[in-house]
Amino acid sequence: MATLELSGIRKSFGPVGVLHGVDLSVADGEMIVIVGASGCGKSTLLRIVAGLETPSTGRVRIAGRDVTALEPADRDIAMVFQNYALYPHMSVAQNMGYGLKIRGLPRAEIDRRVREAAELLALGPLLDRRPRQLSGGQRQRVAMGRAIVREPKLFLFDEPLSNLDAKLRVQMRAEIRRLQRRLGVTSLFVTHDQVEAMTLGDRLVVMHQGHAAQVATPMEIFERPADTYVAGFIGSPAMNFLAGTLVEGGHAVALQAGPVLRFADGPRPGPEEMPLTIGIRPEHLRPDPGGLPLALDLVEPLGSETVLHGRLPDGEALVVKLSGPGPREGVLPVSLPPAALHVFAAEGGKRLDPVA
Amino acid sequence: MNRKVVFEQKLLPYLLLAPQLVVTVVFFFWPAGQAVWFAFLRQDAFGIRTTFVGLENFQDLFADPLYLETVRNTVVFCTGVTLIALSLALVLAVLADRQIRGAGLYRTLLIWPYAIAPAIAAVLWIFLFHPQVGLFGRALNDAGIPFDYKLNGNQAMLVVILAAAWKQVSYNFIFFLAGLQSIPKSVLEAAAIDGARPVRRFWTITFPLLSPTTFFLVVVNLVYAFFETFGVIDALTRGGPAKATETLIYRAYVDGRINLDLGMSSAQSVVLMIVVIALTMIQFRFIERRVHY
Repeated sequence: MATLELSGIRKSFGPVGVLHGVDLSVADGEMIVIVGASGCGKSTLLRIVAGLETPSTGRVRIAGRDVTALEPADRDIAMVFQNYALYPHMSVAQNMGYGLKIRGLPRAEIDRRVREAAELLALGPLLDRRPRQLSGGQRQRVAMGRAIVREPKLFLFDEPLSNLDAKLRVQMRAEIRRLQRRLGVTSLFVTHDQVEAMTLGDRLVVMHQGHAAQVATPMEIFERPADTYVAGFIGSPAMNFLAGTLVEGGHAVALQAGPVLRFADGPRPGPEEMPLTIGIRPEHLRPDPGGLPLALDLVEPLGSETVLHGRLPDGEALVVKLSGPGPREGVLPVSLPPAALHVFAAEGGKRLDPVA
Repeated sequence: MNRKVVFEQKLLPYLLLAPQLVVTVVFFFWPAGQAVWFAFLRQDAFGIRTTFVGLENFQDLFADPLYLETVRNTVVFCTGVTLIALSLALVLAVLADRQIRGAGLYRTLLIWPYAIAPAIAAVLWIFLFHPQVGLFGRALNDAGIPFDYKLNGNQAMLVVILAAAWKQVSYNFIFFLAGLQSIPKSVLEAAAIDGARPVRRFWTITFPLLSPTTFFLVVVNLVYAFFETFGVIDALTRGGPAKATETLIYRAYVDGRINLDLGMSSAQSVVLMIVVIALTMIQFRFIERRVHY
């Protein structure tokens, strides 16, 4: 149990820059989820914390101690790998006890801790099995057990659920969250799955091209995304983006699609006619006889809701999510409730908040 | 997967098998059968009279203290060659697995000795260890260490073991390297995070995970040391000095080709045949079952 502090982490492999200065400070017992598309540097960041990679510049502090130059063995961390990385030639009990044996704990103590963890994870009857005799979910639990028995300062999870089938993934997700709360161990969890990120994290780090695009609680990220990348990444179906310009002294946006919408929460800073990107989530669009005509080209009925894909008169694509059944085809007039709009600068994609 | 082909004519399948069977019969079963048969016969020195003597050749063989000495030599030789060839190859493979720059060249160089004929390999080692013209041989003698593998039996044994092992290192190296590269990196990383230092990691993770490869190579190396080192020994020491480097296979050659005692030579061949059959059976029976993880 400890805090974790990353300051100015940069990493390049040869001429290729992977991380361009990441700062992060994690409180004791907090679960941080690092989420991003593949190639955004999230795994590299985790491996730097683990000590499996060294940062080109920057510092890693665990519990206040600078561990940047230390070997993984000296950092007192545990990691759960995507492919579990169990020792194939050892039994489940030996797998879990390996780290303790290396630290020279007495046999009885190792036995006790392994048994405790096995009970916690319902692995009791499997202790003598070899990894290859286990199912995916069981292997996953053994990997968790191996991390737990060590009682480390920090848990690191590297996409541990991505090799499981959908049902098991949901189940293990809840199990990991419960376990982490119960043990209160500071954790970093890397995933590309936004649902995992939203449900698991106390806070999320959304990574984009080697930067931390936003660090905030899941709801904050959902409600106030820092830029268009984060806005488009979190939420399913993804947020719609429409082009527009700032008008009326910052009080309204003139959409390329036609209408001029007044901001519900106050004026945005910036010169008249500044290009904007307006974001609106599919579930916030409303069918409205007086709205913009949306020519549907694909309808996805999902039972409890319906996802409609279509095009506005100016050619921009728009996705609408309706609760319950919707039209099968044709033209659906929709309106954009001003309160649901997210305003971003078209250049750079940063969020524009109202001036107070 | 078990697809059976049904031939309409009975002759065709036999015809298709024939080339393989002919080669096996002519070059293996026939000479092997002859050796077994000769093992029960005794010929006079001029090859005029041949008598059936039953198991007498075998009795004489195992009563011969020199033959038992040959058995001892063979055990020393095989153990030495296998140990040295395996451990050296493992060390080199571990180094090659880690090295990044120039790895391709390094590997190619290590594989070369395998492509060299035994006699040529032996000549290379003569150039190294010959007491008068050899590089190390002269250096040792100049340094006051008397070294002459042509006179000292132990030194001779050492030289043939080194030469034979050197030839086999390449082969082992290839297999060890492949074995090392098939160990998932994440498993070693997990061990590192679990607190294991590189040496500990090697002995508790890498080495056990290599055990199928190691077991396979032990058998292959034993077979090699038993049966395929004739050329090296013949070119280096001819079994000398005073039979100190005479192994079972070399003695079978000496008795049969030089001393023209076909009965004894055949009896020895039969013994060797039994050894190779035993080794092969061990390999087939245990390689899948015993070494598992």
